[in-house]
Amino acid sequence: MNTWTIAKKELNSYFRSPIAYGVMAFFALIAGYFFYVAVVYFVRRGIESSMMGQSFPMDVNEFVIRPVFSNISVIGLFLIPMITMRLFAEEKRTGTIELLLTSPVSDMSIILGKWLGGMMLYGAMLLLSAFSMALLFAYGQPDWHPIVIGYLGLLLQGGALLALGTFVSNCTKNQIVAGVAGFAVALLLWVIDWVSSFETSITAKVLSYLSVLQHFDSFSKGVLDTKDIVYYVSVIFVGLFLTARSMESLRWRA
Amino acid sequence: MIKVEGLTKRYARKVAVDNISFEVQKGQIVGFLGPNGAGKTTTMRVLTCFLPPTSGTANVAGFDVQDQPMEVKRRIGYLPETPPLYPEMEVHEYLEFVGRIKGVLANDLTRRVNEVAEKCAIADVRKTLIGKLSKGYKQRVGLAQAIIHNPDVLILDEPTAGLDPHQIIETRELIKGLAGEHTIILSTHILPEVEQVCERVIIIAKGKLVATDTVANLTSRLRGAETVAVEVLAADAASVQRSLEQVAGVSRVIAGAHRDEKLHFTVESLEGRHIRPGLAKAVVDAGWQLNELHAVGLSLEEIFLQLTASPDEHKEAAPVEPVAAPAMGSDAQ
Ligand SMILES: Nc1ncnc2c1ncn2[C@@H]1O[C@H](COP(=O)(O)OP(=O)(O)OP(=O)(O)O)[C@@H](O)[C@H]1O
Ligand SMILES: [Mg+2]
Repeated sequence: MNTWTIAKKELNSYFRSPIAYGVMAFFALIAGYFFYVAVVYFVRRGIESSMMGQSFPMDVNEFVIRPVFSNISVIGLFLIPMITMRLFAEEKRTGTIELLLTSPVSDMSIILGKWLGGMMLYGAMLLLSAFSMALLFAYGQPDWHPIVIGYLGLLLQGGALLALGTFVSNCTKNQIVAGVAGFAVALLLWVIDWVSSFETSITAKVLSYLSVLQHFDSFSKGVLDTKDIVYYVSVIFVGLFLTARSMESLRWRA
Repeated sequence: MIKVEGLTKRYARKVAVDNISFEVQKGQIVGFLGPNGAGKTTTMRVLTCFLPPTSGTANVAGFDVQDQPMEVKRRIGYLPETPPLYPEMEVHEYLEFVGRIKGVLANDLTRRVNEVAEKCAIADVRKTLIGKLSKGYKQRVGLAQAIIHNPDVLILDEPTAGLDPHQIIETRELIKGLAGEHTIILSTHILPEVEQVCERVIIIAKGKLVATDTVANLTSRLRGAETVAVEVLAADAASVQRSLEQVAGVSRVIAGAHRDEKLHFTVESLEGRHIRPGLAKAVVDAGWQLNELHAVGLSLEEIFLQLTASPDEHKEAAPVEPVAAPAMGSDAQ
């Protein structure tokens, strides 16, 4: 109940500041561009292969949807820190955190509310890409299962990054610091598995397991893999748990 | 209603509040007085469950701030030093939001918002963005959010800070009007405010309690020295000053800004002396025109300065009997 009140408040303030519009416009632009490139590439290959007399498998899912999902998941790394940076940092700077923390609302409701607010903006952002997906149905017959799974994966991955970003935002009073640090965390979790391309040790495997994007692969292929779902859900829990701890410790150190 | 015992709050390396105890009865308005950095805000933050105490206990409406913070929070309305406002919200949206998280029932919400908007005189700006309000209106919105859930206890941290004199008076009236239903603690630097609004004062300095008493008692403690401002219409400043100095009970006369023939003096009495009649007589007898004569230096202000200016001297004093009883029976002429 309180969680929902706070989530609505967050979503509301996103849309009254330039953040929501900036994030969504940027996303629409980039995602639209990726979509356009993927479609053009797909059509070219189709024409080329038919000219050469080969029968090119016209698999929209494989050649358009999958790369578009992968690209969107990378864009998320850049945009999510912008969504999370103000969540707590701004309240701490202006002192409104004092209102929240002296209200009969549990820490967890506040944290969940903020995370959910971020999720809703992120969801609204993803909705923009759904228009281009819908376009595919107008001109072809793609399989819709992988699309649903792809979006589920994006939501899970976004949720995980949002949870981590919420934690980072709780560690500082400065939005910009929160944004940059959040981005650093996201970036680290992306590149961390690059070692696995030339290393095969246990460490490399562990690092690779920690990578956010690596777990998105199965979703972009339209495959539901429990292992990856578990990964994202655990990151969400860890992020929110860390936020709760940092809130407690801040109170004691204050 | 509020009971604080041996409260200590230590920040990383600084003791902000040091072993403070006091009690506030139901329905009272108590002034929390102290110089900058005294620990007023810190104490209030402990009472509102924003910060946990390092040691000692604080009890609000029968609930301990550490054991049952939710119960305490439900019963407290809090206006922090900077009103906790979201500039991007409209006033009524903000009040509805605060009402919801403070636990006002959905059915009552609109009614409560209207009530507090009426009470705090912000009904006319209900649809305005908070970010566009003037400082005074923001303060009123801050006050409105503190009372939205009709709390038993109101904690107001410098509610009149930064307002113009007109708005200070309005805010004080507003607070006085709230007194009946709520127990109120308000912190301030402004001494007349305490005298006008509060029944009791708690004075702290450098984290220590220096006095807690009724306003009347504290004021009467200092019937000590009196400071009087005098304006005389006369040509010769030096001779006016000389004759003022000769009035019985005057300890010193300070010449202020003289403008043409209007001479200004500040006259201080010896402890326990009532000098105003003597001053008036001296001026009139000499044939000068007495334009003005009034007591300045509010009594409480002097107590406050005495208690807080040099804490070292008072450190050993027991909290409730801090001043070494200045001149008893001082009203005698
Ligand atoms: N978050 C903090 N971390 C460390 N020290 C702090 C913190 N907040 C306050 N202090 C210190 O604790 C002391 C008491 O501060 P507090 O804000 O309670 O004073 P105050 O009486 O409210 O002063 P003012 O009249 O200026 O508002 C000050 O010396 C201050 O420097
Ligand atoms: Mg203060």
